[in-house]
Amino acid sequence: MLEAYVPILLFVLVAIGFAIFTLVFASLLYPERYSKVKLEPYECGIEPETDARDRYSIRFYLVAMLFVIFDVETVFMFPWAVIMDELALFGLIEMIVFLFILVVGYVYAWRKGALEWT
Amino acid sequence: MPAGFSAADFFYILPELVLTGGALLVLVVDVLTSRQQRPLLGWLTVGVLLVTTLTLLPFSDANVVVSRGLLAIDGFAFFFKLIFLLTAIVTVLMSSSYIEVEELRAGEYYFLILCATLGMMFMASGIDLVTIFIGLETMAVAFYILTGLLKPNRRSNEAAVKYFLLGAFSLGILLYGMSMLYGLSGTTNLRELATVLATQERSALLIVALILVVGGVGFKIAAVPFHMWAPDVYEGAPTPVTAFLSVGSKAAAFAMLLRIFTEGLPFLAEVWQPMFWVLAVVTMTVGNLAALTQSNIKRMLAYSSIAHAGYVLIGVVANSSRGITALMIYLMLYVFMQLGAFAVVVMLRRHDVVGDELKDLSGLYFRYPVAACAMLFFMLSLGGIPPTAGFMGKFWLFSAAIESGYIWLAVIGVLNSAISLYYYVRVVVFMWIREEVLGSPITASPAMVVALTVALAGAVIFGVYPRPLFELAELSVQSFGGVVAAAEAISYR
Repeated sequence: MLEAYVPILLFVLVAIGFAIFTLVFASLLYPERYSKVKLEPYECGIEPETDARDRYSIRFYLVAMLFVIFDVETVFMFPWAVIMDELALFGLIEMIVFLFILVVGYVYAWRKGALEWT
Repeated sequence: MPAGFSAADFFYILPELVLTGGALLVLVVDVLTSRQQRPLLGWLTVGVLLVTTLTLLPFSDANVVVSRGLLAIDGFAFFFKLIFLLTAIVTVLMSSSYIEVEELRAGEYYFLILCATLGMMFMASGIDLVTIFIGLETMAVAFYILTGLLKPNRRSNEAAVKYFLLGAFSLGILLYGMSMLYGLSGTTNLRELATVLATQERSALLIVALILVVGGVGFKIAAVPFHMWAPDVYEGAPTPVTAFLSVGSKAAAFAMLLRIFTEGLPFLAEVWQPMFWVLAVVTMTVGNLAALTQSNIKRMLAYSSIAHAGYVLIGVVANSSRGITALMIYLMLYVFMQLGAFAVVVMLRRHDVVGDELKDLSGLYFRYPVAACAMLFFMLSLGGIPPTAGFMGKFWLFSAAIESGYIWLAVIGVLNSAISLYYYVRVVVFMWIREEVLGSPITASPAMVVALTVALAGAVIFGVYPRPLFELAELSVQSFGGVVAAAEAISYR
């Protein structure tokens, strides 16, 4: 049974070996010149204005969480749509029940003002 | 319909479906009604739970496996579901005044209570590791939120974070154990697991899996040494939630424990029986000794509930039909006495008094003799004094232990009951002897009166006339696969 894992072992060894090889080989080759630009988060991007550890509005989290819920909903719907024919009416009803429960949550979040920004 | 499913599958989970629908209804009604109509929400929740109980009653003598072997609808599940529904009903009844004082969001509160109950019901029915785990998660997530519902209260927030982190960690341990069991047997179904493992050589990995599962389950029942979260969480959570947590969650965890160990791992009984023996002794002793010095009622009741988990574990150690019957009866009686005690504590919460401290009970007898007498009765019942329900429960547990040959366990249990009397009677001392402390008058809402009446009636009636409960429990145990498996394991030896 253990023989089946030999390819995985080889894969792990090659992966580790490759990483060590590139690091060691590159350190032998590249020149070391430090400057202020190199220490910035994005060497070639928008310059950061403030520290990243800052407080920002909790509404971002709220929107993010609502997004995750509906994102996961789609994850469920794709495989269902693919085998729609096999599941037939039973699958359709199950999906309607699932969507109904989600809509109840959606209505709840809406009425509670989770979608209002101010 | 896909292969393996039939209309019967949906028929047998009718109570769960009703409860799910009811929970959604509560959520919708909450957002569609105005603030003035909120008190009605509590009664709606009670209605949902009563309807669920009614739909559950036809399944009292059912004994089938449904949903491709994921759920067992048997007497065992029936009895535990009754416990959960009863607990939820009494908890909801005692919550309404507390919600008003603390300005909690009623809709979310009741919805989460119903969700937790739903999870418990699936835990009791599940005979597949996956179903049990999903039920456990449904219950646990609802409880994490309920614990932190007192948003401006630091202690409540702290309790919620502690409970969540430790809960997630222990679930991980439990799941790790379960995955090992699956790896060793190739099945997650508990009954198949028992047959597959019985034919296998006992490996060291199996023992490791067993230990991990014991750890995970031990956390949920708050057995020492996995109890550290309990006092802080019980103290910080809103009082009715503490009541629900200490009764409902514990009963559900015991249902899960019995399913996993007596149905799934009966052939390892001689390994896990000593483990639970040690857990029971340590849990009883540490719980009782720690409760002695508490000055906060919720904390004291938390340690007392740890101690009670120790007593209930005696039924698991006995691992006989009588032991499991005694365990189930004890959990049912515990509902009445523990919820009753908490109902009195909830009543103490007024807009100017927190009511968590023992001294808040001072002089209760002189101002509110009925409440004080009720509390006296609940305390004596928790302590196990003869004419009360608590005595009957302990009597059966200890006699089951003696019958299975665990005489020392029974002796330690009795000694612990004696220790526990000190802190239960201390509550009575405060109510009867200490000077009166002023505060705004205590009022009991109609719902609270109903809750207290139910709790008191249960504790009194089953203390004097326990026969109907005993017969129901015995009947429920007969169809429980775990007892059959235990008997087989004994004859096999």
